[in-house]
Amino acid sequence: MSSAPVSAPLAEAPAIGGPGRAPLAKKTLVSDHPTWCPGCGDFAVLASFYRVLEKLNYPQENIVTFAGIGCSSRFPYFVNSHGGHFIHGRSLPFAAAISLGRDDLHVFAFGGDGDGFSIGGNHLFHAARKNTKMTYVIMDNSVYGLTKKQTSPTSPVGFKSKTDPWGAMEQPVNPMKTLLTAGATFVARSHATQVNHMTEMMLRAAQHDGFSVVEILSECVEFNEGAFDAANPRKGGKWQQIELKKNDGTPEDAARHDPTDEFSAMKLALADAPGYFGVFYEVNRPTKNKLERDLIARTREKTKGASALQLLESTFVKMR
Amino acid sequence: MVSPNSSTPGGQPGSAVASSADKTTIPDVVIRLAGNSQDGIQSVGGFLARLAGRSDQDVMTYMTIPATISGGPSIFQVRMGTGDILSSGDQADFLVAFYQHSYESHISALRPGGVLIYDTDHVKPNPEDRRFTNVGIPITSATVEAVGGTGKDKGKNIFVLGLIARIFDLDVPKLSQLIKERLGGRGEEAVRNAMMAFDAGYAHPVENLLGHLYRFARATSTGATTSRPAVTMDGNTAMVYGLLAAGVRYGAAYPITPWSSIMEMLRTELPKYGGLFVQAEDEIAAVSHALGFAYSGHLSVTGSSGPGLSLKMEALGWGSMAEIPLICINVQRGGPSTGMPTSVEQSDLLQALYGSHGDTPRVVLAPKDVEDCFYIAMEAARIAKEFSTPVIILTDQALATRIEAFEEPDLKALVKEPVLDLTPAPVDYKPYPLEKWPKHVPPGTRMLSGKYPTVTGLEHDEAGHPSASPVVHAKMNARRREKIKAVAATLPAHEIYGDQSGDALVIGWCSTYGPIREAVNQLRSGDQPIKVGQLHLRHLAPFAPGLAEIFARYKKVVVCEINDEGLHGYGQLAMLLRGAFANPSIVSVTKTDGLTFKVREIVAGVQKHLSA
Ligand SMILES: Cc1ncc(C[n+]2csc(CCOP(=O)(O)OP(=O)(O)O)c2C)c(N)n1
Ligand code: SF4
Repeated sequence: MSSAPVSAPLAEAPAIGGPGRAPLAKKTLVSDHPTWCPGCGDFAVLASFYRVLEKLNYPQENIVTFAGIGCSSRFPYFVNSHGGHFIHGRSLPFAAAISLGRDDLHVFAFGGDGDGFSIGGNHLFHAARKNTKMTYVIMDNSVYGLTKKQTSPTSPVGFKSKTDPWGAMEQPVNPMKTLLTAGATFVARSHATQVNHMTEMMLRAAQHDGFSVVEILSECVEFNEGAFDAANPRKGGKWQQIELKKNDGTPEDAARHDPTDEFSAMKLALADAPGYFGVFYEVNRPTKNKLERDLIARTREKTKGASALQLLESTFVKMR
Repeated sequence: MVSPNSSTPGGQPGSAVASSADKTTIPDVVIRLAGNSQDGIQSVGGFLARLAGRSDQDVMTYMTIPATISGGPSIFQVRMGTGDILSSGDQADFLVAFYQHSYESHISALRPGGVLIYDTDHVKPNPEDRRFTNVGIPITSATVEAVGGTGKDKGKNIFVLGLIARIFDLDVPKLSQLIKERLGGRGEEAVRNAMMAFDAGYAHPVENLLGHLYRFARATSTGATTSRPAVTMDGNTAMVYGLLAAGVRYGAAYPITPWSSIMEMLRTELPKYGGLFVQAEDEIAAVSHALGFAYSGHLSVTGSSGPGLSLKMEALGWGSMAEIPLICINVQRGGPSTGMPTSVEQSDLLQALYGSHGDTPRVVLAPKDVEDCFYIAMEAARIAKEFSTPVIILTDQALATRIEAFEEPDLKALVKEPVLDLTPAPVDYKPYPLEKWPKHVPPGTRMLSGKYPTVTGLEHDEAGHPSASPVVHAKMNARRREKIKAVAATLPAHEIYGDQSGDALVIGWCSTYGPIREAVNQLRSGDQPIKVGQLHLRHLAPFAPGLAEIFARYKKVVVCEINDEGLHGYGQLAMLLRGAFANPSIVSVTKTDGLTFKVREIVAGVQKHLSA
């Protein structure tokens, strides 16, 4: 088995992204042509994500994009980075482990509302609690796209689908409320038609040191057309953007949102659909990555950095 | 007195007994301690097992723990002696009963002629029953007297340890040392109390009641002298150290009996090795975490017991499809559903092999004894890494919890420090080439082609692109099958113990190894000896080559396993073998009473099939 260190000699291959290298550009990041329906909101999310990566300029080989299953979860195929997709609803524990296993990687998970809030709901809750450093982007279309129009956990009451031809009867999940309750340390929301806003939200999320989530309303033109028009000014809707406190001492500032105030965040989250857009909540809590690394460091200090062989030998002596 | 459990030559019931002065020499003894779980009988068993390990004696333990949270009847059985101890004994030679219920539930496990030691403070044995030597000792009040009022009846386990040390002439300095090591952490007071209880037990004039004392025969020096000292531990512990030695540094799991102790130990140990273990929210998250660690370039482990393995199945299918190395341990217990969580069964084999969806050929291994738990973990690591595939280890409750002494592994030769290989991938790199088995390329690896790989559970072509082409699916299915078949070529040839051809070949897997060996010894050396061999399967998928030829050399192939005979009259492994080799001489001996095989059950089973 080859066990060459990271510094193995490189051929003429392109070294892109990161300090002192050719910058990451969209043309490097574009992979297969997306298989989404023309007009699907997910195209805009992808375009924004390329911009986010361009700005962050991480070394290309250290970017990891992973997803569950669904139309939106095809995302990683369209980004030329390490990645792939895992089973339906389980991308979070998978991606969190990549982050915990490797400090040098930048980990992004993608999915739909079905993947994230239904089959993966339990994992979302626990990913938020654990606060592993990674970014999760949910493309919420309030319908199951890939499986062709069934009710999703964010479908509104009365939504007509193949599984609820008479209209959905269950209370929809409120993603912001759910995420705040679960203890996510960065919670934001955007709309696929608001490209600059969406880019800014994903960029801030990626820069957050902890578990960051951005929910993006992304229209499924095939099975839920016009679902988010009410928040789209170009379709006559109202765009309610959260303005964050600047702490500039002006009287206007008093009305702005303090993202570290969980109670205010919750009040914003409780607004009726389509609700507010922007950063609801952002706090720093020690990440699981840091807590585990600290634990390892403390333990290694106690064992004086003993090798595996030394550790095992001393353990076996006690087993005699 | 000689243990009827002994099957080593000279150890047959009624064989010559050497008497020296007032001490009777015996090859080995089976002691069953019966009480409540809070009485510390497990720790007495632990002391005896460890002492045996330190005295170059062989030892095997067996225990039952109540499924209730605290308290409840519990037993610990220890068999120790000089010969090769292969099972924990069909019957007890000594029964120590702490309570009336202990006496009533376990007197049937004592062989006629055996010794019943009972606590006169709690137990009134049936005066009509004259099958045993009854030795009544006021265990509770004698302990209170020795330790003083404050100790209550807490030290009575150690009192009994002293009693046993007296009866079997055990090495008192070594035992006191063990007590000090074990209880030292609880302070001097605890050690002092324990030693007072021990001394009181040791001083008790038990020989007056028994008539004589015992001592173990000295080990004959003909046996191979081991170069390394013996270590004593249970199967789950051995598994943990096997994983650590193999370079496993990451893992995740969800608690379930009897798997939990592996995850608890890994969570405690791994930080010392620079690794980490995550307690996940459920088994699906656990296997997902473990696969994420594996994808990120670390050899990682997850594990569970029956119901948890079911939950992991979808993700294990992904692991086979995406070709990611992973070790998944399943400590089998009684099923279906939550079944009998503290009892042994070997009924997850078919689940392990076929539990996933689609055609998912995979590697399944099973350790044969406690020592082998260490080596099988290393073997699983080798295969997972070499072939980039999930490997399932099936162990069972009996192996997980029983304590054995074995030669310390040659750590210097075995221990591997993991390396994260981020060598840039060449321009012509393909993740899934037909007819080659490349290793998983973790993130952080530069792709010299500039094209980064997508790892996926969708059917894909050689480059990893999703493909629904019928031709591609057929070819890739074949690729995954051939890859697992290629593992077989790396496996050691089958070893047969006993007769290499003849009347019967007895096959087993997991914890049945010892009892089968004893049964084979008995069948080969009884009044009407027959030609019997033993083959214990450690590789359940793929099988190492050569089985068909071996089977052809015997009249019957008798598969002994702890599971149900099923709809067609065959246990799970027997069914697999019948399916694979279409050999009608393959027959089954099964049972599902939640207990390990007794030697006589195997002997009877083989005899029945031979006379059929
Ligand atoms: C275990 C499992 N159950 C069900 C499915 C089928 N399935 C695939 S995608 C999907 C729903 C996708 O919905 P969503 O996550 O909202 O993504 P979208 O396609 O709308 O982007 C379902 C039910 C599956 N792949 N795996
Ligand atoms: S079905 Fe809907 S979600 Fe899926 S690609 Fe088409 S528009 Fe997008």
